[in-house]
Amino acid sequence: MIDKKIVNMLEEIVGKDHVLTHKVDLVSYSYDATADIPTEIPDLVVMPTSTEEIQKIVNLARESKIAIYPRGAGTNLSGGAIPLKKGIVLSLQKMNKILDVDPANLTATVQPGVVIAALNSAVAPHGLIYPPDPGTVATATMGGSVAENSGGLRGLKYGVTKHYVMGMEVVLANGQIVKFGGKTVKNVTAYDFSNLFVGSEGTLGIISEITCKLIPAPKYRRTMMGIFNKLEDAGNAVAGIIAAQVIPATLEIMDNMTIRTVENFAKIGLPTEAKALLLIEVDGMTEDVVANEAESVIEVLKNNNSEYKVANSDAERDQLWTARRNALPALAGLNNTCIVEDATVPRSRITDMLVAVEDIAKTNNVTIGTFGHAGDGNLHPTILYNMYDKDEAARVHKAVDEIFAAALKFDGTLSGEHGIGIAKMKYLADELGQSGLDLMKSIKESLDPEYLLNPGKMVPAPEV
Amino acid sequence: MSNVNESVKNKTGKTYHDDLEMVRQEIDKCMKCGNCMAVCPVYDIDKEESSVTRSKIAVADALLKGQLDYKDPYVYQMAFNCLVCKSCNTNCPTKVDFGKIAVALRAELVRRNGLPWLKKMIFSTLKNPKLFDAGMKVGAAMSGVVFKGDKDLKAISPRSPFAFVGKKAGFDSNRKMPELNTSSLRDRVPEVVKAKDAKTKVAFFTGDSLNYFYPDAGMDLIEVLTENNVEVHIPKKQSCCGIPVLVHGDIETVRKLAKNNLYEFDKTGCEYIVTGCGSCGGAWQHDYVDIMAGDPVYGPKAKYWAERTYDISTFLTKVIKYREPKGEVDAVVTYHDSCHLKKTMQVFNEPREILKSIPGVTFKEMSEADKCCGSGGSYVISHYDTSASLGRKKADNINNTGANIVSTGCPACMMQLLDNINRFGKNQKTKHYISLLAESYRNEKK
Repeated sequence: MIDKKIVNMLEEIVGKDHVLTHKVDLVSYSYDATADIPTEIPDLVVMPTSTEEIQKIVNLARESKIAIYPRGAGTNLSGGAIPLKKGIVLSLQKMNKILDVDPANLTATVQPGVVIAALNSAVAPHGLIYPPDPGTVATATMGGSVAENSGGLRGLKYGVTKHYVMGMEVVLANGQIVKFGGKTVKNVTAYDFSNLFVGSEGTLGIISEITCKLIPAPKYRRTMMGIFNKLEDAGNAVAGIIAAQVIPATLEIMDNMTIRTVENFAKIGLPTEAKALLLIEVDGMTEDVVANEAESVIEVLKNNNSEYKVANSDAERDQLWTARRNALPALAGLNNTCIVEDATVPRSRITDMLVAVEDIAKTNNVTIGTFGHAGDGNLHPTILYNMYDKDEAARVHKAVDEIFAAALKFDGTLSGEHGIGIAKMKYLADELGQSGLDLMKSIKESLDPEYLLNPGKMVPAPEV
Repeated sequence: MSNVNESVKNKTGKTYHDDLEMVRQEIDKCMKCGNCMAVCPVYDIDKEESSVTRSKIAVADALLKGQLDYKDPYVYQMAFNCLVCKSCNTNCPTKVDFGKIAVALRAELVRRNGLPWLKKMIFSTLKNPKLFDAGMKVGAAMSGVVFKGDKDLKAISPRSPFAFVGKKAGFDSNRKMPELNTSSLRDRVPEVVKAKDAKTKVAFFTGDSLNYFYPDAGMDLIEVLTENNVEVHIPKKQSCCGIPVLVHGDIETVRKLAKNNLYEFDKTGCEYIVTGCGSCGGAWQHDYVDIMAGDPVYGPKAKYWAERTYDISTFLTKVIKYREPKGEVDAVVTYHDSCHLKKTMQVFNEPREILKSIPGVTFKEMSEADKCCGSGGSYVISHYDTSASLGRKKADNINNTGANIVSTGCPACMMQLLDNINRFGKNQKTKHYISLLAESYRNEKK
């Protein structure tokens, strides 16, 4: 429990209405969107509205040795927002102002609580977009997605969050406010701090302002779907599209289990015996370039024994997307617990990884449907089980271990876009080795020596 | 009504209204993905996790696991900070029916804590339709003392001493409410309104809001039906649909109201029930079935009527082919989707189809037409600030269309729109969409 004196001081900093102490409110900040991880009820929640307030809160917490957990909308999938060791949840949802949209420099500057979709609505009148599009664009905050380095469906062509962060303001654990980067395309002053804090999962500092890059919205697009009877053909088609020098905005894959489940759920006429489905969207600024790219894609599909469909209108595009849109809802409906992993492999190993996941599901007798971003090798093996069945839960945990081992075996990585958080900490050494862990530890300890910022996530705390 | 209750006493089986544990499966379906945040109107204003659906589900879970106390007054407060607009249902990837969880949670809290005295008093009069009717009319006769009238808007506002007291709940002197009518809709019409060459007969469930606040719209609805050769039965002894009581967790009262209504409408011998209110229609289509499940007598009756209840717009466009209106109505009209009409009854195309069929009407779609107006029944009083913020957004969206009439299909929304247009709008008129169709039919004869 936190001393009443400290509650009073926090109330002085942010105002009484912005400190939550009732148990019912605290329960509301005990979870995020991650399944199958421990949750914890924080001691209190503070909702600052300015950088100065954040600074005062950080100073007070440090002097009193209380942990702080920065939180956006709490939609992450690795346990990054769980107040694991109790303390203060610092909710940034009320810092939701778009401070500047600058079409001349193609930048926007926002407070961390701005929802990604709100930023896109604000820049749309200028014909611009902010491309990173995690599945939660309509709810997730800019601060949260920068801290988690979120990806999305357009990663292959447009990159992920880290490619769009040009500058930041951060409140450090020592209470200093630091600003770096800005509106210039080129900036090699000092270390590349932006890339240090992007994806730091709230363990190095509290992001209080972000300047991000915008790009002109593509004006044309074509959408296609390919259906394959052999997994190898789908894998070869992915490689073939890239070899044909087409970089699609979206290149999504679904395995047989996912196809069957989606068809059963949405009845949209998918062939349930198909081994894989690809959803491909090419886009660009001119109609003929996009049409040429679409033709190249269709040629590749034909050459790889694919049945294919091309959307000729927005309504038809919407139809093709229905399958992909329903992938997670349909799978999630199979049981009461749904773990979405994001093990990622080099693009050329997609087929190997899909086969490996299928084998893991079989040998452990668990239900796994896999879909994901084939273009960038980022797959989402989605595991469905009954949390009340202890035996099944144990088999699921073994399968998860094996999925990560397989990804690393194929020269892949533990996480493509969800982050490490609580969920994947135990695998870190498998990918980074002891020297990698040591490097992480020395960065953490130089910025937050007392492990007060988001403790229990990503960086293993020293044994006490 | 007392006879009805005695005949089935103690036969009602247990439903989720009687035990929170019975929504366990619904609770487990929630993945905590947070998609509800994108559409929850309360969260949109508050920006606090405890306002949004997934946290209410987490709290229901914590209560069942003994991690939170049912007696905690803040739990009660949190559970009631929700408009029960069901927007979250439409955006939920795993199709959690939050309406059920909300009702089960509130009912459990009320069972363990009792109803606050004010609600108890109001709800007990609802159970006694005669007393309620008398109360509404005395209220209407006395309203001049508390309220001053606005003949043009058919609206009233609190007079200064009352406005001062009520300021915090939005009852300041700018507040506009529909005038109370000493003569209710059901007083004005006989129990059966005949039509020329009647093709079919329907029973009209008026609901209290059309009956007491908007009897003119109710009259318009009857007129449209008779114009289409439909005989209309309006049972005098029908009572409140029960939704306002259901969302406050008073299950005993809802069951009594539901039984009375099922009994009275059975007697009409009509083929269909029509409604002019999304909440009332939703009660007949869904809630009566749920709340009477397990009752050997009223369960089957509820199911029977659930399949035969239509919003008036669906009845006109899908059940009968309504007569094309020919009278000119010179107006620019926009349409607000009432939450319960769209999200519970799935009615949103039909009213638009009707409006667009009226000669002279220019239809303008507003942005976020299906975003809650902030009414939520008594939410507008209990959470005035949030409600008014939503009302203001709605008024802005209406203003941007340039329409001079905002139409909707639910009297509770009409009340909220009336007040917020008066505060933030541009003198647009608020009308039930059926009134515009009636006006067109009337103009044919001019």
